Amino acid sequence: MIEPTTELELSEAVRDAVGPLSIRGGNTRGMAPAAGDPLSVARVSGISLYEPGALTIVAGAGTPLSEIEDALKQEGQMLPFEPMDHRPMLGTDGTPTIGGVVAANVSGPRRLRAGGCRDSLIGVRFVDGRGVALKNGGRVMKNVTGYDLVKLLSGSYGTLGVLSEVSFKLLPKHDATGVVSLHGLSLSDGVAAMAAALGSPYEVSGAAMTPGVDDGAGSVVRLRLEGFENSVAYRGAQLQGVLKKFGAADMAMGGEEDWRAVRDVDAFADKTCIWKIAIKASDVPQMLETGIWPNFGCDALLDWGGGLIWVGCDEAQLAAISDDPIEGAARLHAALQSYMQVVGGHATLVKGPVALKSRVPVFQPEATPLVGLATGLRAQFDPRGILNPGIMG
Amino acid sequence: MEMPKPDPRVLGLKSKLVARLRDVLPHDAVIDDEIQTRVYECDALTAYKCPPLCAVLPASTEEVSAVLKICHQEGVPVVPRGSGTSLAGGALPTADSVILGVARLNGVIETDYDNRFIKVQTGRTNLSVTGAVESDGFFYAPDPSSQLACAIAGNIAMNSGGAHCLKYGVTTNNLLGVKMVMMDGTIVDIGGAHMDAGGYDWLGLICGSEGQLGVVTEATLRILPKPEGARPVLIGYKSAEIAGACVSDIIKAGVLPVAIEYMDRKVLEVVERHAKAGYPDCEALLIVEVEGSPSEIDEQLGLIKQIAAKHDPVELREAKDAAEAGRIWLGRKSAFGAMGQINDYMCLDGTIPVSSLPHVLRRIGELSKEFGLEVGNVFHAGDGNMHPLILFDANKPGDLEICEEMGAEILKLCVEVGGCLTGEHGVGIEKRDLMNVQFAPEDLEVQMRVKDVFDPAWLLNPAKVFPLASSESRRVQVEAAA
Repeated sequence: MIEPTTELELSEAVRDAVGPLSIRGGNTRGMAPAAGDPLSVARVSGISLYEPGALTIVAGAGTPLSEIEDALKQEGQMLPFEPMDHRPMLGTDGTPTIGGVVAANVSGPRRLRAGGCRDSLIGVRFVDGRGVALKNGGRVMKNVTGYDLVKLLSGSYGTLGVLSEVSFKLLPKHDATGVVSLHGLSLSDGVAAMAAALGSPYEVSGAAMTPGVDDGAGSVVRLRLEGFENSVAYRGAQLQGVLKKFGAADMAMGGEEDWRAVRDVDAFADKTCIWKIAIKASDVPQMLETGIWPNFGCDALLDWGGGLIWVGCDEAQLAAISDDPIEGAARLHAALQSYMQVVGGHATLVKGPVALKSRVPVFQPEATPLVGLATGLRAQFDPRGILNPGIMG
Repeated sequence: MEMPKPDPRVLGLKSKLVARLRDVLPHDAVIDDEIQTRVYECDALTAYKCPPLCAVLPASTEEVSAVLKICHQEGVPVVPRGSGTSLAGGALPTADSVILGVARLNGVIETDYDNRFIKVQTGRTNLSVTGAVESDGFFYAPDPSSQLACAIAGNIAMNSGGAHCLKYGVTTNNLLGVKMVMMDGTIVDIGGAHMDAGGYDWLGLICGSEGQLGVVTEATLRILPKPEGARPVLIGYKSAEIAGACVSDIIKAGVLPVAIEYMDRKVLEVVERHAKAGYPDCEALLIVEVEGSPSEIDEQLGLIKQIAAKHDPVELREAKDAAEAGRIWLGRKSAFGAMGQINDYMCLDGTIPVSSLPHVLRRIGELSKEFGLEVGNVFHAGDGNMHPLILFDANKPGDLEICEEMGAEILKLCVEVGGCLTGEHGVGIEKRDLMNVQFAPEDLEVQMRVKDVFDPAWLLNPAKVFPLASSESRRVQVEAAA
């Protein structure tokens, strides 16, 4: 394992590399390819600047996420995008780093209100495939000086550069959390209820649904409100009014742990294969009820008001699709990606056996011109093709 | 400001080019008359002017594609133009370029309240995007000062901001999808009504690329439900330092105002004469606005007033009704116009860490004395996006040059304290040659390599963003090859 402790050492390590590198921080998100010399950024670590009055933090890419969250908590602030912890879902251990959050553009339920990781990220330092240390963006929250490579690097899974430092804009952390919930709704009513809530002025900061069986039995829709306590209570009551046509909604204060479970997709911890799907929310009922469920037994969880679907299969569900579970999973994978091709959006295989990952395109295939641009960018940023080769097409 | 010498080969192509463009566009969509092309000789950076070879006004994505294909084949530079409100010269032509204006692409394609987006053609003005949805209780959040005139195409090119970024973000945070035409005429769809990119974040890269990577013809934009209400409070202080400390304390206290605006004495005096907003006599004025229901507003403003009072304000005034709120905003909204009435001015938009506000304002005051030009400061204090207005006399020989020199010093100062050259206006030609102050050569090189991928012949808006000396080998190589 190559373990540089500074950006300079990191750039030397990349410059001197003679073959492919497998780049990781805490290696908790299943990103690092199996092949290649392991290169860990975990020791390029530490918060170098935190100005609560400017809502800004700058840290080494290897800084543990928990270290950052603890520092912010002390000042009553937070990362707006609520990054998920992949460990429960993927069964990984290790320490999630802030660089890993950025490399995979990891967000959580608050993404629908506060934007994703890429929206809060305001600066990066990284080492390209030549071993050259580069910077883009900075530490101020409004910056249009030159091209925005900050967003390009976010979600590029280490294929364009190895992150050494990241900067974020922050938000004050709310005093109180409240949840308005509806039970027993059908999938289409649940999606419609979330749309009604998100279309109201009451600043819903989380909208998730666990679909039920047989037209909604056992389903739960959860809508989160955050802010000053009085304001949360007021908006909860208003929201109950907005949702009246969907039935009586419950309102309760608290519920942070439920949202952590939504964020980390706890309910799918026992699934063998998991897909993450970004879709227009109103397309969800038809996709699942007409396109997927009649042909594939699988479970689904909705977040981001339906804009995000987690689809999961356990061993038994895969066995029901085909005698060969890899074949069954590959068929479901193909069905999800072709559906997204038609309606718009994308399906990514997040968890699955190596045999499946090496057989199917993990990421949603892109249109031909974009494939050309992606190939061109990789050749420019990493001419030797040594940065996490084999992932992202 | 230096511009590349026009290519005689391209100048000689004019009649052939115009004929080819007329083959694919209606007659009136190709403007080649030397008087009419002067309409396109500059944008809002009026100090620099140059009529283009010709201008085209396509009315569909297919027409844009046909135009670009021809220009690509002929090796002719293209300068995309929204409404021409760029303060940075983003739409300034060269004599050997074709202006591609998107003004005729101004329709609404789709509105969807369940999924909270609107899909528009990009020649549509910013304000009319909100106009299309506000009767149904929604709005489009980015609100640059020029929103009455500026086009979404330009907003995307420059990643425009506005007064309400602190809460709602800038263009890139509100852009879900685009249809874009590449320089060779290829049409690509990126993103859509869903959130987040599947592969690389193409949207993030395109937004703010100043029309150098492609021409965006359609945009899917996030719309938001209008808040229940909003109310401002006005706070006057004896010094910039105190006002800066107050801003920092408000942010630290956990309130997130939708806007924190700042005006200094110079601006206040002019605005008071012009708009009679009834502002107090003070060195630094803050307008802080919060949103929500009446009781939510009371709670937030209560906290803000408490913090403000600790800093011993000259005046602390809360709007009691809509009329008073209007008066508080009146002066701020008319500030640029009022300053323009008394003088020519150059408006900069460097951004700094909020903690450096007092230091930077003090240095700007010193520079003002050194250069002998007055400066007014009016800006978005919550996000550190400065707007120093340097007053000069355009009719006095040499004054513009002194003003530009002083502007450069202010922007260098912004970078020195950890900020950047431009927070929302873009680089264009105005800050092009200062890019070396903020970026090392290799940081600029990697950005130019991105352009190499999208536009290998460097035909799209080629003389912008990068210092001419840095981009020369790429542009000149093209001329030689063509």
